[in-house]
Amino acid sequence: MAVPDKRTTEAEAVAELRDGMTIGIGGWGSRRKPMSIIREILRSDLKDLTIVSYGGPDVGLLCRAGKATKAVYGFVSLDSIPLEPHFRNARQNGTVEATELDEGMLLLGLQAAAWRVPFLPCRAGMGSDLLTVMPQFKLVQSPYPGPDGGEGESLVAMPAIDLDVAFIHMNRADQGGNGQFLNQDLYMDDLMAMAAKQCFMTTEQIIPTEDFAKFGSIHTQRISRLMTTGVIERKGAAHFTECPPDYARDEAFQKEYAATAKSDEAWDEFRAKYLDVSEEDYQSLVGVNS
Amino acid sequence: MSGTSSAAAFESAPTRAEVCVIAVAESFRGDGERLCNPIGTIPMIGGRLARETFEPDLVMTDGFGAFAANALPPGADPADAVVEAWNPYPQMFTVLWNGKRHVMMGATQVDRWGNQNIACIGDWHQPRTQLLGFRGAPGNTINHTTSYWVPNHGTKVLVDSVDVVCGIGYDRARELGPVASRFHEIRRVVTNLAVLDFETADNTMRLRSLHPGVTVDEVVAGTGFELVIPDDVPESRLPTDEEVRLIREVIDPRGLREREVPNP
Repeated sequence: MAVPDKRTTEAEAVAELRDGMTIGIGGWGSRRKPMSIIREILRSDLKDLTIVSYGGPDVGLLCRAGKATKAVYGFVSLDSIPLEPHFRNARQNGTVEATELDEGMLLLGLQAAAWRVPFLPCRAGMGSDLLTVMPQFKLVQSPYPGPDGGEGESLVAMPAIDLDVAFIHMNRADQGGNGQFLNQDLYMDDLMAMAAKQCFMTTEQIIPTEDFAKFGSIHTQRISRLMTTGVIERKGAAHFTECPPDYARDEAFQKEYAATAKSDEAWDEFRAKYLDVSEEDYQSLVGVNS
Repeated sequence: MSGTSSAAAFESAPTRAEVCVIAVAESFRGDGERLCNPIGTIPMIGGRLARETFEPDLVMTDGFGAFAANALPPGADPADAVVEAWNPYPQMFTVLWNGKRHVMMGATQVDRWGNQNIACIGDWHQPRTQLLGFRGAPGNTINHTTSYWVPNHGTKVLVDSVDVVCGIGYDRARELGPVASRFHEIRRVVTNLAVLDFETADNTMRLRSLHPGVTVDEVVAGTGFELVIPDDVPESRLPTDEEVRLIREVIDPRGLREREVPNP
């Protein structure tokens, strides 16, 4: 019984990125986000990234730091703070180009990429301004008769969202890159992984493959090593987003982060203190492992 | 104004928030076994009340990834849910595309046709104020019944024309034709002043009922377009004694509803 050894580091994973790439980020809002990877990207000199996400502070941070010039999202929210303030500023200042999707359309775009088909049809978007403000989205006519026996229905042809690299965070993983989520929801992490040419997974803990069953039922083992390129063990990697049952969201820190959208000075101070430092120093500052 | 009995009667008189709860609950009447998915404090209380009384087959979430069989108060710990089924986000889209769902969403703006905006204020390409984005509104409105909750009835919300159509109204549905729009229904707009619906010949918004103490003039003054006003506008239904008890003691014992809509 052996699995390959795909253990790596945030630095090695982020070294795979190039300017202008399309990057998928797993999780949902301020929940189970691969934040140690986001912090590593913030420390890099990468630029012009397109970020695809059910967005939270990942999108806000990458927009604020000038790493993301395009964002593809179903929403961008901090959950307990409904609107992500740095993302809002970026939209209002025009520093990020938005592809603002219906949440279900984003799912289908990732699913299409995962299945290697050019689009998937959906009803969502029909009649709304989503199709007028973003004319890149086209309709497709069904080749089959309509429900009334007449001509085929027109539907939105949601294009595949092909990702260069995806990053996801799992509660547990093995060294082969199999992953296990222990909260209520996988979100779209499996689709993100399969929509990407490469997927790196951070995890709270790398365990022997035979130990997955000690932590959860077979239904929690939803990330297979077929989906992942590398695995990074980093306790507290999702901070300050939630990662139950390992830890809750750090609401106090999130408030501190959100407040830095008020002025350049506040952001510069936050950045110098928490982001221009190593992951180890960040973690000891915020007390993740204390 | 003397004696304990009149004081007790005053205390038990339904509040505006409780009238709103009933109006929300009434929006779900007749829905049977489908996902009742109200978003917001008073919508959630109203949905729970409908299920506890006249629509017992409704399915409701715990606010997260499960369907909860018990009447969880708003803000309750999902650990207190009696889970009847797992419904994580990927599955939620399957449910809504399947159509067995009636959502009650908020609306930053809504017009006479029921077009709704939650995305932004100003030009979408560089908005003056970025809000939630399209979120689920386009998919919801084209796939299943949708209602709206407006806790602050006024001309900034009930507008002549929305800045961005997220949830589609009856004019947009009509342009799509009967096949494409066959699952579209905007059933109600419940506000802190009144109940509105689209039960008119051309599906433009109509004043369905007024909450006690509210006049037609107040509603007209707070609406940025011409509302259809019937000759006789009934008063919104008041809660029964049992409904008042359920709201106050079981579904919202912390009184969160009164914070969302203070009693006038």
